[in-house]
Amino acid sequence: MKKDLLSIADLSCEEITLILDTTEAMREIGQRPIKKVPTLRGKTVVNLFYEPSTRTRTSFEIAEKRLSADTLSIPVSTSSVLKGETLVDTALNIEAMQPDMIVLRHASSGAAHLLSRICRSRIINAGDGMHEHPTQALLDAFTIREHKHRIEGLKVTIVGDLLHSRVLRSDALLLTKLGAQVCVCGPATLVPVGIERLGVRVSTSVDEAVADADVIMLLRIQHERMQGAFFPSVREYFNTFGMTKARVARARPDVIIMHPGPMNRGVEIASDVADGPYSVILEQVANGVAVRMAVLYLLAGGVEDEAAA
Amino acid sequence: MKRLLRGGRVVDPANGRDGMFDVLVDGDRILRVGRDLAPDSDTQVVELPAGLVVCPGLIDMHVHLREPGQEHKETVATGTAAAVAGGFTAVACMPNTSPVNDNAGVTEFILKKAAEAHLARVYPIGAVSRGQQGDELADIAELKQAGCVAITDDGRPVATAMLMRRALEYAGMFGLAVIEHCEEQTLKADGVAHEGFHASTLGLRGIPGEAESIMALRDISLAALTGGVVHIAHMSARQTLDAVRYGKSRGVLVTCEVTPHHFVLTDEMLAAPIPYDTNVKMNPPLREAVDRDAMLAGLADGSIDVIATDHAPHHYDEKRVEFDHAPFGITGLETAVSLCLDRLVHPGVVTLSRIVELLSVNPARILKVAGGSLAEGAPADITVLAPDLRVKVSVERMRSKSKNTPFDGWQLRGGVAATIVGGRVVYVNEDVSGFSRTLRRELR
Repeated sequence: MKKDLLSIADLSCEEITLILDTTEAMREIGQRPIKKVPTLRGKTVVNLFYEPSTRTRTSFEIAEKRLSADTLSIPVSTSSVLKGETLVDTALNIEAMQPDMIVLRHASSGAAHLLSRICRSRIINAGDGMHEHPTQALLDAFTIREHKHRIEGLKVTIVGDLLHSRVLRSDALLLTKLGAQVCVCGPATLVPVGIERLGVRVSTSVDEAVADADVIMLLRIQHERMQGAFFPSVREYFNTFGMTKARVARARPDVIIMHPGPMNRGVEIASDVADGPYSVILEQVANGVAVRMAVLYLLAGGVEDEAAA
Repeated sequence: MKRLLRGGRVVDPANGRDGMFDVLVDGDRILRVGRDLAPDSDTQVVELPAGLVVCPGLIDMHVHLREPGQEHKETVATGTAAAVAGGFTAVACMPNTSPVNDNAGVTEFILKKAAEAHLARVYPIGAVSRGQQGDELADIAELKQAGCVAITDDGRPVATAMLMRRALEYAGMFGLAVIEHCEEQTLKADGVAHEGFHASTLGLRGIPGEAESIMALRDISLAALTGGVVHIAHMSARQTLDAVRYGKSRGVLVTCEVTPHHFVLTDEMLAAPIPYDTNVKMNPPLREAVDRDAMLAGLADGSIDVIATDHAPHHYDEKRVEFDHAPFGITGLETAVSLCLDRLVHPGVVTLSRIVELLSVNPARILKVAGGSLAEGAPADITVLAPDLRVKVSVERMRSKSKNTPFDGWQLRGGVAATIVGGRVVYVNEDVSGFSRTLRRELR
């Protein structure tokens, strides 16, 4: 593994497989009555969150605690950013206190790369702007592998706001690397230019896109990032792209439905689909902890360090 | 005092010269250019090392000197020091200072600072609109009177078609060109990089080439309507070049410029070698290879009139932030000549003579300022080039106050040997061997 986990683009297939295999072991820890191992004892992990996040931050915190790391979370919107301190200065100040890892969530694409260049600590990207959310893609891949026992050759359809989604970019990179056939679908106004060069198929017809899918993944319609009129109304979006039972019926009978959360019920996904039998949305959340434990463990030195100790 | 520059290849397209000539300077003027000129007893003879090129002083018609108001980025003194080190004997500076150069007071202040620095000539460019706010015309006659050589709202486009129409009509009375930063702002929106594969995968908001070409087409149409002169600044998109060609083919008074970074770099630089390097964030953005190649073709076929740097210094603190938050722009004065020689002349894209047109003759013609010629009686503004000098770009050695360039560490073939403004030697490159000591001595 490299020093940092900044993006799926930086990972080889072997590294991805290593993380997913390690996740299996980590998940087992979460099923014990005493959910704690001493692996990261004495290591300090700082969760630096410049954007509000419940799921990802909680997931990282639980993962860190289960590995016995000393962990603290800094919701920056309430501290120094209000005093005008730059990201670089905040990071350098945290660095001065000798943490081992910094988990960064930030609204600007490339923020984790910026920290990577100036910090000695290992940087884990917990979502940077519209760029990537690598641990989300890893937990998605883990969840798919759990159900389908493979990723290669699967037809995965991703529907929603493609333009603003960091989850899309990470998932498209990871799943194509592992050999899935990825189809991305959304309104033409929300398709990133040139995205097909990632090796994905682009469709603007959801009925066509979901046909024979093994996996359907929905992306949140991010109201807070929508500054222009990308589509006329939530109602029209739901009618045109929303994942309904009727649309799910076009996919393979053993299709699984995924969503990185938080969901907008009745916008990108109908409630009866979200709560339906093929939904693995809460499994994704559960697997998120194990994937993050695996990433923390491997970045902290993994097997080699343990052998040396 | 007279000075005879001997042994150089004189490239002076305005006078149809390209060959081995002597250049005799008398005080601040060119006295004669010819073969085997005999020195008088009071003539200082400068034997140039072999392989050097003597050309009319280079003019960068698009720089930001930042003074008044942003002296932490650059001043007239540091900017003109950078200019002469980059081979420029004159620069035209943009009005987006603080306060904006929209009145004679600011123009006179800039000229006073330039006189104090006493390095490159400085030609202020005035604002089109008061405060560059896009509402009402600035006092253009007054600006011209004070020394402005063109008008622009650079940093942003002239806000409305009506204001642009009035600017072209009004400035036309004084023979001033309107220099336009072409950008359809609703289409640019909050974009930070060229809209394409790299911006998409890096999650950066895109700016399509059409944001530029739409505005260029508006302005070319208005130049046709009014008979005014429009100059399209820092062209980046192939569509804009097509628009300019269309205008020229219809006899519209339109000229255009391209920066070295837009004919050298592409948006691949967003991803590598340094992902999200804020020193490749500029406006207009680096575009795709097809656009870069279109710029090279436009330089070769004559569609492009000028190479200008859009020298945009920013303090390192301002650039050491998230890509979204970094200001647009890079420095350019001290890398332009090397990039032109390495990327245009040596590969045979254009001739040296054409480079002199792009960097000297045409800027002088568009701004209607002296220079661009080594004719007898012309000001002795002379740039001596060293086309085969091996140059390693180093921000440490730059004279600009700011170091925001993506070219640091680049190895290029070709550089500046010396810069002479009004007969006065203002720069000699220590790396050029065999230079007579007399020039160096004069610098001290």
